[in-house]
Parts: sequence; C-alpha cells; structure tokens
Amino acid sequence: MPASPRIGAGGRRIWGLMYRHLALYRGSWPRLLELAYWPVLQMLIWGFTASYLASRSGTTVMLAGGTLLGAVLLWEVALRSQMGVAISFLEELWSRNLGHVFVSPLRPWEMVAALIGMSVIRMLTGVLPAILLAWLLYAFNLFSLGPIVVLFFANLMIMGWWVSFGVVSLILRHGAGAEALAWSVLFGLTPFSAVFYPVAVLPAVLRPVALALPSAHVFEGMRAALRDGTIRWDHMAWALGLNVVWMAAATLLFARQFHAARVRGALLSIGE
Amino acid sequence: MDVIEVDGLSKRYGTTLAVDAISFTVPAGATVGLLGGNGAGKTTTIAMLLGLLVPSEGRIRVLGYDMARNRFAALARMNFSSPYVSLPHRLTVTENLRVYGHLYNVAGIERRIRALAAELDLEALLDRPAGQLSAGQKTRVALAKSLINRPELLLLDEPTASLDPDTGDLVRGWLERYRAESGCTILLASHNMSEVERLCSHVLMLKRGRIVDAGSPQQLLERYGRDDLVEVFLDIARNRGRVLDEAAA
Repeated sequence: MPASPRIGAGGRRIWGLMYRHLALYRGSWPRLLELAYWPVLQMLIWGFTASYLASRSGTTVMLAGGTLLGAVLLWEVALRSQMGVAISFLEELWSRNLGHVFVSPLRPWEMVAALIGMSVIRMLTGVLPAILLAWLLYAFNLFSLGPIVVLFFANLMIMGWWVSFGVVSLILRHGAGAEALAWSVLFGLTPFSAVFYPVAVLPAVLRPVALALPSAHVFEGMRAALRDGTIRWDHMAWALGLNVVWMAAATLLFARQFHAARVRGALLSIGE
Repeated sequence: MDVIEVDGLSKRYGTTLAVDAISFTVPAGATVGLLGGNGAGKTTTIAMLLGLLVPSEGRIRVLGYDMARNRFAALARMNFSSPYVSLPHRLTVTENLRVYGHLYNVAGIERRIRALAAELDLEALLDRPAGQLSAGQKTRVALAKSLINRPELLLLDEPTASLDPDTGDLVRGWLERYRAESGCTILLASHNMSEVERLCSHVLMLKRGRIVDAGSPQQLLERYGRDDLVEVFLDIARNRGRVLDEAAA
C-alpha cells in the first residue's frame, strides 16, 4: 500500500536511508562526539600555533596565522564531506545490511542523494563547532570573508563527494579491503591542494597536478580574500568547472562499478 | 497469472556455471520450494530474481515486469528475508521497521509496525536494539521487515535456518496463515525437507545449477517411491534423479 504521492516516493526513500543513519547517531554519543572531535582538535592545535607565532612577530605573521586557521577550517569541510559519504556507505557494509537495501526499491541515485544528505549533516556537525571555537578563542571569524565563503564551502563539499564516490567504487570493486581509503585518500591530496601554501611553492612539475584539483583554486581564492580582500572569480570558475568534470568521472566510475558488482555477485558478499 | 516467469536463466562465474539454463514459472498464490544441496544454485537464483545479480543469459519477469529493464517497479511489490542478511544492529526494532517502511513507501508506517508487532509477537521487542535479540527473535523481526509493504511476492532464503524446532514451527505456521489470508506468492529456498513438504505446493529440485526434477511433494514421493522428501533429496544427490529436459525428451 503506497503512501501519498505528495511527498514523492523517491523523497521518502532518500529520507528512509537518512533516517537509518540519524537513528544511529541519536543512539550513540561516541559517534556524535567523533564527528566534531578531529576538526576541533585541529583547530586547537593550529589556533594555538598561530597565536604563538603572532605574539612573537608582526602583522605579516598575524595574517599568516589567519590564513592558517581559514585553511584548517576549510580543509575540514572537504575532509568531513568525503568521510560523510564514505563512512555512511561503510556503516551499511559493516552492518551487513546492503543486501536488504539493494533489494528495496531504492534507486542507486537515491542512495547517493541520501549519502550526500548525511555528508552535509556530518560536515556541519563537525565543522561548525570548530568555526565557533576559532571565533571564541582566536577571534577568527571565517564568515568575515563574506558570501564567498559559501562558494568555498560548496566547492570543497563537492570535491569531498566525488572523492568519496571514487572510494565507494573501489570498495564495490575490492570489498572491505579498500575501506581504509575512506579515511586516508583525501589526506593524500593535501600536499597538492595548496591548503597551507600557494601553488607557486610547489615544484614546477607538480603545479599542473595541483591546478587540476578544485581545492587548490579554492585555497588560492581564500588567500586572496584574506590578504587583499579581493574575490578571485577566475579561481572560483576553475574550481567549479573542475568539480563538474571530476564529479562526472566519479559518477561514471560508480555506475560502472555498481553494475560490475551486480554482475560479479559482489553485492551478496561485499562485507566479507 | 504467473508471478514469476524464468526462461533459460544461467549464471556463469568465469568457467563455473552456477545456474545452468533453468526455466520455471510460479503461479500467483502458490508456495514453491527451491530444494537442493549446498552449491545447487538456490541463493544465486533468488539473487537474480531480486536483481542483486545480473544473469549471464536468460530472462526473468516478476509480477509482469522485465527485471532487466524495470526491476524497481517489481521490487516495490515484493520483499525478501534471509538469515544471512542482517538488519542494523544498533537500531531498535521499531527504527529498523520504520527505515524499511520509508524505503517501501508504506502508508501509515506506525500503524503497520504495530499490526506486525501484534501478529508476530514483537511488542515487547520494539524498543530493543536488533543486535541484542536472540536468533529466533531476529528471524521474526526479519520476517516483519519482509512483510512491511504487504508484498505480493515473498522470497525467502532458508527462513528457519539456525532456529530451534519450536521457533521454526512457529515461523512456518505463521507463513502458512499469512499466505492463506493474503494470497501472497512465496518462493522458498531451503535445505529443510519437512519445511518444504509442509509449506510448498510445488517443489523445484536443483542440483549443480540445473532443475533436475519438479512436482508437488506428493508427486515427488510417488515418483521416487519414498516416504519423505529427505529420501528423495538423497536419491537426487546420489545421482538417481532425472533432469527434466532429458525426461521430457
């Protein structure tokens, strides 16, 4: 007996999968704590480092301290978004529930939408306390950069998502053996993302790699906004364009690996 | 009307043929058993019927839908239960049933959960995490999950595996009543001969991916001159069975 079509069956299925994860967090305070633990810890470490340097030097170092805090906070947006998708998928795998989920009428794109929804919630739960702490302890207000922060957030979240679709694709291909990538893969991109230093610092041979990542453009844009108060629309356009390309590639990879998993029978034994 | 139509279905993993060109139909309202030993192809066949597994060859129609093209329309009207697929352990029974109520777009979820809890004697378990339940309780919860959308077709993979005789008997009795009241079609994979004999109107005997015999439990008993399906099973397992296609020829 179907429910009212007003809500939309697709919307209810997406909410159903999100509810499954929200119920998990509601009943587990360690899980909730874990969401904010690392971003807050990072903020404390780098915040005190920046304060120490600022107290010993002049305004140039103070500006560098602000850049450092902005970078830490924004990079956490990408990290938490990526983990939000990948770990929500892993929760299904660990609970050996994928068989039930995949034989329900939930379409693959609806599952992706639910994972993205959970990623947004997890990211906000993790990063907002760190942003608040940066303001309270170090008088650093990320939102003082203006509305451009929304574009920084959006581009880094999208990057987190396509990286995680790559990770989920690898899990579909290689099983639970690939699950460590859920935590580590984006850390591996940190050196090329120019999070804490300009792209120009990188050796010439690595600069094209950095410029192929949306994150490098976001952080170049952040530094320009903090340093000069200017908005580098060119970097924002690059970040958005690259995200579109990478997201298309990751979606294609996910679709192919999902189909391949159905051919191989991996959906029956993926947790093993 | 046939609820399941399978035609020339095969599944190959590399050089291994797990299911070998089987064809069968399941009429509406019937309870059909897939009976066979380990590796006979029962779970593989059910996985293909559910769309979890893409067949190497052949066609499947479920509730009139071609599963290769329109599986989600069929999946909304069917459901599945297996002791080998878990429900999230940290969620309570109510939360688990609520999740699947949303996934199957069930109207009046809370009312449906209460009704299922009353029917399957789950009321005292509703607020308990699924992971803290006994095997018998988990089976009843899994059964409730599989009935949340009032399925027209129920696929059960060894529904009473690992249950004690008393709980197994309760589950079988409940399935009998549910089928009689709802007219639901059931396809049941099992090792348990007495279960198949009790529940099924028709039995498909599988061996090494092929249907080697088929008929009602009574017909099989008469054909093999045996008193129970265990002996029929052993006859077939020890190569005294026939392959339907060969018999027909």
